[in-house]
Amino acid sequence: MSTMDEEIRLDAPQELAAAPSKLMVVRETLLQRPATIFATIAVVVFILVAVFAPVLAPYDPLTQSVLNINKSPSPEHWLGTDQFGRDVLSRMIYGSRNSLLFGLISPVLAAFIGTTLGVVAGYFGGVVDRVISRLIDLLLAFPELLLAIMIAAALGGGFWNIIAVITIAFTPGFARVARASTLAVKQESYVEAGVAVGLNTPLLIFRHIVPNIAAPIVVLMTLWVASAIRLEASLSFLGIGTQPPNPSWGNIIRDGLNNLFGSPWPIVAAGLAITCVVLAFNVFGDALRDVLDPETRQ
Amino acid sequence: MTLSASNAAAVERDAAAPLLKVENLAVEFGPVEKPLRVVDGVGFSIPAGGALGIVGESGSGKSITSLAIMGLIPSPPGRIVSGRVEFEGVDLLGLPRSRMPDIRGRDIAMIFQEPMSSLNPVMTIGDQIGEAIKLHEETTREERRARVIELLKLVGMPDPAKRIGAFPHQFSGGMRQRVMIAMAVACNPRLLIADEPTTALDVTIQAQVLELMKEVRRRLNTAVLLISHDLGVVADIADRVVVMYAGRVVEDGDVRAIFKRPGHPYTRGLLQSVPRLDDDRRRLYQIPGAVPLPGTVKAGCPFYARCPDRIDKCAKAMPPMFTLAPGQSAACWVSAGATS
Repeated sequence: MSTMDEEIRLDAPQELAAAPSKLMVVRETLLQRPATIFATIAVVVFILVAVFAPVLAPYDPLTQSVLNINKSPSPEHWLGTDQFGRDVLSRMIYGSRNSLLFGLISPVLAAFIGTTLGVVAGYFGGVVDRVISRLIDLLLAFPELLLAIMIAAALGGGFWNIIAVITIAFTPGFARVARASTLAVKQESYVEAGVAVGLNTPLLIFRHIVPNIAAPIVVLMTLWVASAIRLEASLSFLGIGTQPPNPSWGNIIRDGLNNLFGSPWPIVAAGLAITCVVLAFNVFGDALRDVLDPETRQ
Repeated sequence: MTLSASNAAAVERDAAAPLLKVENLAVEFGPVEKPLRVVDGVGFSIPAGGALGIVGESGSGKSITSLAIMGLIPSPPGRIVSGRVEFEGVDLLGLPRSRMPDIRGRDIAMIFQEPMSSLNPVMTIGDQIGEAIKLHEETTREERRARVIELLKLVGMPDPAKRIGAFPHQFSGGMRQRVMIAMAVACNPRLLIADEPTTALDVTIQAQVLELMKEVRRRLNTAVLLISHDLGVVADIADRVVVMYAGRVVEDGDVRAIFKRPGHPYTRGLLQSVPRLDDDRRRLYQIPGAVPLPGTVKAGCPFYARCPDRIDKCAKAMPPMFTLAPGQSAACWVSAGATS
């Protein structure tokens, strides 16, 4: 996609009226549908909350208080407190940091690695394709969660380990999509025309193939932002994700489940937050796909 | 069109070293042990600024010949087994693979058959035309932009400065073919290979695109290798014609000579097959049968099975190219016997 930006710069500044700039196109497409506007706002708000967590959180998310156990929502504690008397709102706000970081970093890494593998396999074919495809099949044979649990069990917990776990779990999906799309795009005559113009293989891949398979990859990436948050939640829920007492939306649900009858508010809040983020990113992803495809832009 | 004048010029240029000289080119597909010979012993030459048309039915090997010149034969399964492709005295087949990208687009450019799918849907046409310039020449972005606008003007794009940022889907087939031509001539190539450039277009647009190709050829003095199954198109643009059949050259000569007195029965068949407005035939002429599949002709003339004039000798030995008249030769025992 960086190549696309570079492309656009070629014809950008002089005639804005004639050729709408990339930024204008993005803005117009994103502002077309109310659902997209809401989703975009939601994504921005979630990111802002994560960034400004220390400013926004009313309490320290780790401070326990014996006197304030399992409180319902009140003016002091908007979302009540959990079984240790910690403020749920503050834990949610701090938890968004972990959840969003996992949710954003892993899919981007997985998209990068997976797309590279897939494009190489699809473009060069032959032995390269067979080796990469079998490796991918091997990884695909395990459900994502199972794979993540296995790797997490081997690597242990910790922030970067969990990132690695989710990345590895998601890579095969990207590789599959990238390979299939590359096989289709490779047959197009504009690729042949690119060769005829004198492009060498790397340029051909970056100019003509990658931009044309970008749409499905980006959509997949935004879908999996949601999945990554969910997967991290599942891992935390199983006790191998974010380690307590640090909050993430996943382990807020896990802790809350043990204390469901004490106070349902942690589970309700974290569950709603995950749902909203997942929904927002999916809608945002659809809009992003439209931006990338010049034919649906109009 | 002043045919005689351009022919005289072509004859003059022929005397000098040709721009492109293809000799004894053979291309095979499939496994090495059981190859299918798709192009066999093809040879022709184009002088600088000249225009040669290759005519033949589908499957006659004309597109493969052009791909072989560009070094674009998909390999595997295809391979060039013999021959020379000399461009300005350099054998392209002998060049290392890494050198070809320098030549493609700068010295030899190509226009493809499918204007609808030959442009990258996610790149603006300005960027696509500028790509060849960017690759082969040191230019700044502003210079490139100016050149692209110039090129769009050359190919008759209305309002080029505005269209430069448009995407392929915003254009009709004819306009896209114009963009393709602009792309191809972006670096002033000395040879332009056009593989059925008008086949996918409707008739009125065909005429415009042909007119444009002639215009471009005149202005830039680019030699043209035109591949077509349409004799009318070839007659309009080319000054020499090579007729291919089943991977072989069966006739070679000046456009006028070939249209006036075709030397090979296949060429005669092709000419008779062209529908005409002043036709009083009830049915259109067709050459009976179909092009033999590669590898099915073991001996003799590949056209034997469909030929109206065949004699016994034709089944036994492949006829060589006989010179029928100055500047016209055909691979036919019968025509050779009749004229000599």
